[in-house]
Amino acid sequence: MKLSFKWLSEYVDLSGITPEELAERITKAGIEVEHITDLSRGIKNVVVGLVKTCEPHPDSDHLHLCQVDLGDEVVQIVCGAPNVAAGQKVAVAKVGAVLPGDFKIKKAKLRGQVSEGMICSLQELGVDGHLVPKEYADGIYVLDEEAVVGQDALPYMNLDDVILELDILPNSAHCMNMIGAAYEVAAILDRVIKLPAPSVKEIEQKASDKIAVQIDAKDGVPFYGARVIENVTIAPSPRWLQNRLIAVGIRPINNIVDITNYVLMEYGQPLHAFDYDRFGSDQVLVRRARDGEKITTLDDQERTLSAEDLVITNGERPMAIAGVMGGAESEVTNETKTVLLEAALFDGRSIRRTSSRLGLRTDASSRFEKGIDPNRVMEAADRAAQLMCELASGTVLQGIVQSGEAQVPPRAISMPWAKINAVLGTSLSKDTILSVFRRLRFQATIDGDALTVSVPSRRPDVAIPEDLVEEVGRMIGYDHIPATLPEGATEGKLTDYQKKHRMVERYMTGSGLYQAVTYSLTSEDKVGAVSLIEGEGFRPIKLSMPMSEERAVLRQSLLPELLDVVKYHLNRHMKDVALFEMGKVFLTKEEKLSQQPVETERLAGVLTGYFRPDDWHHDGLKVDFFAVKGLLEGLMALLGLSDRISFVPSTRKGLHPGRTADILLDDAVIGFLGQIHPVLQKTLELNDTYAFEVDLRTLLQSEVPALRYRSLPRFPAVTRDIALVVDQDVSAGELTEVIQKSGAPLLKEVRLFDVYTGERLESGKKSLAFSLTYLDPERTLTDEEVTKVHNQVLNELETQLGAVLRS
Amino acid sequence: MKDQLEALKSEALASVQEASDLKTLQDLRVKYLGKKGPITEVLRGMGKLSPEERPVIGQLANDIRNAIQAAIEDKQRKLEEEAIQKRLASETIDVTLPGRVMPKANIHPLTAIVEEIEDLFIGMGFSVEEGPEVETDYYNFEALNLPKDHPARDMQDSFYITEDLLLRTQTSPVQARSMEKHRGQGPVKIICPGKVYRRDNDDATHSHQFMQIEGLYVDKNVRLSDLKGVLTVFAKKMFGEDRDIRFRPSFFPFTEPSVEMDISCFRCKGDGCSLCKHTGWIEILGSGMVHPNVLEMSGFDPKVYTGFAFGMGPERIAMLKYGIDDIRHYYTNDRRFLSQFKQV
Ligand SMILES: [Zn+2]
Repeated sequence: MKLSFKWLSEYVDLSGITPEELAERITKAGIEVEHITDLSRGIKNVVVGLVKTCEPHPDSDHLHLCQVDLGDEVVQIVCGAPNVAAGQKVAVAKVGAVLPGDFKIKKAKLRGQVSEGMICSLQELGVDGHLVPKEYADGIYVLDEEAVVGQDALPYMNLDDVILELDILPNSAHCMNMIGAAYEVAAILDRVIKLPAPSVKEIEQKASDKIAVQIDAKDGVPFYGARVIENVTIAPSPRWLQNRLIAVGIRPINNIVDITNYVLMEYGQPLHAFDYDRFGSDQVLVRRARDGEKITTLDDQERTLSAEDLVITNGERPMAIAGVMGGAESEVTNETKTVLLEAALFDGRSIRRTSSRLGLRTDASSRFEKGIDPNRVMEAADRAAQLMCELASGTVLQGIVQSGEAQVPPRAISMPWAKINAVLGTSLSKDTILSVFRRLRFQATIDGDALTVSVPSRRPDVAIPEDLVEEVGRMIGYDHIPATLPEGATEGKLTDYQKKHRMVERYMTGSGLYQAVTYSLTSEDKVGAVSLIEGEGFRPIKLSMPMSEERAVLRQSLLPELLDVVKYHLNRHMKDVALFEMGKVFLTKEEKLSQQPVETERLAGVLTGYFRPDDWHHDGLKVDFFAVKGLLEGLMALLGLSDRISFVPSTRKGLHPGRTADILLDDAVIGFLGQIHPVLQKTLELNDTYAFEVDLRTLLQSEVPALRYRSLPRFPAVTRDIALVVDQDVSAGELTEVIQKSGAPLLKEVRLFDVYTGERLESGKKSLAFSLTYLDPERTLTDEEVTKVHNQVLNELETQLGAVLRS
Repeated sequence: MKDQLEALKSEALASVQEASDLKTLQDLRVKYLGKKGPITEVLRGMGKLSPEERPVIGQLANDIRNAIQAAIEDKQRKLEEEAIQKRLASETIDVTLPGRVMPKANIHPLTAIVEEIEDLFIGMGFSVEEGPEVETDYYNFEALNLPKDHPARDMQDSFYITEDLLLRTQTSPVQARSMEKHRGQGPVKIICPGKVYRRDNDDATHSHQFMQIEGLYVDKNVRLSDLKGVLTVFAKKMFGEDRDIRFRPSFFPFTEPSVEMDISCFRCKGDGCSLCKHTGWIEILGSGMVHPNVLEMSGFDPKVYTGFAFGMGPERIAMLKYGIDDIRHYYTNDRRFLSQFKQV
């Protein structure tokens, strides 16, 4: 909403207050002033000039030589505008003037002729071209006859005004018109308000002789009123009216259309002027549209309507889309003689649905959506009729032909007055509270504990006691509300889950992986690129109206988007990437969601290139399966889950079949790690890349026994190293398990320290070397005791896995 | 014999003095002090001496032996010291060469901001609550006083999956869910961080996915002044004690009265610059007293309970705090961006 400072000052005394100060006060009272625009844009030295003579330039087919009287001198100006003519009063930028865009006016010679100044168009003075009246759109602007030669020209164009642009929120719709803004400003400044009081000169003849009104959709149209104004003369509006419309961002068209726009801005009441003779009947019928019914609107677009839209018809065809836009068929033209003026109330929700479905938002629709003052509908109609009489020499027929009810009584709200202080945390007196309502022009009384406020219909946003609290708060100013700390004490802390969550983050970053945050929305082809921890059968969850194919489906794994981040780095010649992410995935087996999907939190990572780079005297450490496995083993130790975790070979979609392991917690699969499948790597243009994903929720929610200290061994341990030869398909895991089981309880630790395959072994065989540590916490073990257990281990290895000692 | 011994002494001491390494010194020790050495020889020949001479020569021989011994030890210490010096010199490294790279990364700047905010509010007695990102229309809108057809609720702004399910557009549904869990009994004192989604085209200042942190405190006798107090403490700790803070009325459907909090501009300190659109103030969060409809729908009696709620955007806060110029950086995850947040 653009608020003209000059226009506003007609209603409220703004003396002694600058536009900047007013903006600050309004903003602090809760209606944000987003921009302050000084229409003069710093222009000086632009004066009223009289074009005394205007001759063609001797050496040009389009330039004119003008002798222009500036009051104290007569200068020659070369002007290229097609509409310049002798006798016009015009705005002249004198030599030395500076126009918007840092355009300096200098004495010049144009095709051999001296030019001392410039005759200005509105655009050259900073007015948006879209707002300039058509007749001046391609030329200079011509001032009114009354303009005094030699005076500052800006006031004649209202360019000495300042515009405050308000950010209108749903609770400040009452400021979407000048009168409403005046009430607000008068309350903020605690000053007197003076409002227009329309008086219409009506003739004897009744409007109801010319038109009837019927509403067939009472739920959407509480009130419809029509006036008839005859014998209008269509012409441009007077300058003062044009200037005000331009100032608030509306282009002047002709007097009738400008008057409806003017009253819209003044009262906030959307009006529509039909050409009575083109309306096609003497009856206004307001009804719901028929599905598929068509209308061509004022912007020459054919619109297809639906049964929820409201239309104004002539009994047969729609003449306007109610509250949104009029129809071209009954549009006011230069030939219009009789105006049918509509002033109605339409249901905001219905207007909103229609305007959003048609993608057609207008000054009218946005006001109906936010709610208008029912008590001012008829007054606005009177105001428009008065102006049509005064400015278009129309004759106003007697009465407003109406259907429905526009008047509503003020809303009464009662509450304990002490509640205002209790909610704000203030200690305002009764008088202070009452003075706020006096400023707002709300009737208010305090009787004992009870405050009763009668809220006028122009403030539909004030409906409940809390709204009154807000009115008091914003009028006294939030600066005057103290800052206190809550009286109740509560304990604040992270849950175990949240604490562990942070531990995992720190562990991952401490291990050299950067934390990434990727989008939850991905594409349909990426969503299924890698296997899910849970297995098969999950359906992608699609948005009903995605903004792009790239972001259309909710992720089921964090890996596809993380792999994109890897690719992003490769494309920029960063070959070493180590990233992790913690975030939710969305899982369902339903074809069409009937309930919220399962949301579970994942930890995933991707690593490629060097985990630790080459440096000047050491080789780097390349990422491989075991680097990632070690990372995860460290994580499990951090979470106290080492003993319950195992890694078993696995094949999974998108992963290398020989280099993938499932991660089991006890017996349940909670994640996997592995190399990205070479085929997928190639498709995605990746180097060798390793990835893991685990179900973070399960990991962090697993109960872990409280940490207990174990006493340090007082007796020495005995270590025996063995090198075993086994078939290629026997895994280290199997060997370790047999060693652990058969060596218990004296065997305390098994450590694999070498793996060998090669020509020194029979083909199909491999050798693994282990270091076995035996310990009895109660005494020193004898050599014989160790040998006995050790031999038992060797025996079991041979019987169960065919493992023999390497000679 | 005495002369013989004196000659031996000077010869030995001279040799020791000249010895330039430990090996030579060891040879000299064997040569002069060994079992076949000249002194032993002299002592062995003492039988031929008169009884008067014997103790004199014996004493002399011992003195000479001790002198040579001392000289050798002294020399040995010197040679060892030299050897160590030599070795240390040979072992000297260029300490300005770069150190070995230990893998060390850092958390995402958004995580850092969220955790910092969490910790500030935990210190004021709040706990952290989370909720689903796919929400029902009821929790995302209706329970927050945004019935269907409410002007503040624009279908075009949300990612719907079905008619009833959508990606949450705010973290406020967590408030409604938490209040329901408390079954009408206060206090409820929570902050809710999380991802939210809106139909925005991604550009330097818009993102279809972003973070939000909301706070809620419902109890008997919670006042707007408490909101002001708590948020002032937060703002001063988060942005610096020297920041000015401004509260002004605003509108949100789920709060009444509603309050917007501004802080004095980071860049110009209030004088006005392009960052603050020449107002000197930067909007930092929206807040207000919980709307009675919201309390009631979540099972709290608005006659008994009041509460305040607030919400803010970690992306924006990090952008202001660190001067980040493009919101897309957070989601591009460029290592050169991420690695700038080592200290956080
Ligand atoms: Zn600034």
